[in-house]
Amino acid sequence: MTLPLFSPAEDPGPSFPELLRRQPLPGLPRWEAADVPAGKWALPGAPGLPGAAWVPAGQVRPSGPDLDLPHGTTVVALRYAEGVVMAGDRRATEGHTIAHRSIEKVFPADHWSGVCIAGVAGFAIEMVRLFQTQLEHYEKLEGMPLSLEGKANQLSQMVRGNLPMAMQGLAVIPLFAGWDTRRKVGRIFTFDVTGGRYEETDHHATGSGGRDARTTIKLGWREGLGRDEAIELAIQGLYEAADEDSATGGPDVVRGIYPTVATIGPRGFAYVEESEVAERFRALIARKSGEGGGPR
Amino acid sequence: MTMPFYVPPEQAMKDKADYARKGIARGRSLVATVYADGILLAAENSSKALHKISEIYDRIAFAGVGRFNEFDQLRMAGVRHADTKGYAYSREDVDARSLANLYAQFLGQVFTHELKPFEVEILVAELGVAGFPDQLYHILYDGSVADESRFTVLGGDADTIAERLESGWRADWPLPEALTSAVRALAGPERTLSPSDLEVAVLSRANGRRAFRRLVDGELEEALSAGSGQPA
Repeated sequence: MTLPLFSPAEDPGPSFPELLRRQPLPGLPRWEAADVPAGKWALPGAPGLPGAAWVPAGQVRPSGPDLDLPHGTTVVALRYAEGVVMAGDRRATEGHTIAHRSIEKVFPADHWSGVCIAGVAGFAIEMVRLFQTQLEHYEKLEGMPLSLEGKANQLSQMVRGNLPMAMQGLAVIPLFAGWDTRRKVGRIFTFDVTGGRYEETDHHATGSGGRDARTTIKLGWREGLGRDEAIELAIQGLYEAADEDSATGGPDVVRGIYPTVATIGPRGFAYVEESEVAERFRALIARKSGEGGGPR
Repeated sequence: MTMPFYVPPEQAMKDKADYARKGIARGRSLVATVYADGILLAAENSSKALHKISEIYDRIAFAGVGRFNEFDQLRMAGVRHADTKGYAYSREDVDARSLANLYAQFLGQVFTHELKPFEVEILVAELGVAGFPDQLYHILYDGSVADESRFTVLGGDADTIAERLESGWRADWPLPEALTSAVRALAGPERTLSPSDLEVAVLSRANGRRAFRRLVDGELEEALSAGSGQPA
């Protein structure tokens, strides 16, 4: 590698994706939109962000019902009195089979924000890595972190960059939440495949079981929830999603695999201890069993 | 047509070195030293916006003295190099030694081939983990590198300041003591430096993944007053 120095006219500024475009990654094949064969798989001429319009030459495979790629499923986020709770189940599916039982879908984006992902796991995890790198890169070059809204807009551009892939059925839909250090409030942002960015006031869930999780959370949510109540509600949402949706993983008491839960508040992003999550799920299961298992 | 005068290479190099040294000596100095919990970097800098010390990566910090625009350009290149490398390989694969070598090559290249050398002295500091020692790479305007594991001083007055720091130096001194000694060494016997004249940061093992942290306002005053209570 050489020292990445640029003339003022070519300086990529605080953008990491722009830097990668000027200086391709070392030791890796050059990823170019132009390498992708024309026709059904042709991508737009303008290079998008990495992971999007950059596809290794000759490695594009047809998508569709015959191609089963690992998909991540249900993630939720809800606001409470001192911030936001984010949670996600641990299952990845390939078509009708389970690809992974313990993948992670909730990640810290930086100290003050988190991102959770639903959709094609390969692209989603890469998008998160790029997003994390970009936030830190900006912070170091500019000497101060991006605003929460700025971070959400950056992520929206990355989702938009993935649009050509989404058109092939390889969509990635993140959920972004963080503590707004200027306004002293937790905020949640959702996205669609075109990069549309929408701010949610209170709560949201996405992924295949998102609808079921959302309904549960909607019924239980109120202004000024405490931390414990909010975690409890997120857990219930995921439980109900797993109850209705085959692609969402429920609590796996046999293997001891439980959904990931994190809180983002004035003190930043923190995972909730796995033992605490396990304890809450065990209590929930005991409660449900006591009621005869709930409605069928 | 006029013939250019012949200048012997020794003279050309000496002129360039003198020029760079003069530029560096105009600014204030900087001290970096190992302490019990990591590495301390302290500089005389009254600006709160234009930093001499900054973060490169998880365990790596950068410091520069001399012309601001020149060392800041090197700092940005360092951040870009480290982030690219960490993204392409893994965060663990980003190390200070290769970055210091890149800086040295670049500065050496500029010194020999360009009309004007960089008027900077820079430091790449790396916090050791898993049994590896802390490293301080001190790189001069002509690309020569010195590798220190105790302390190092950057700037025009480096030798005098290093002598002052040497007398009380310990590898395991706590932060307040290290900071007070560093500030006393920077100030010299005639002056005292107040927190507003200083820029201080640490690479600390207590900070988690991103070891770099600036000591600002209250924290800096507190550390300085705690340190001055002890024998220097």
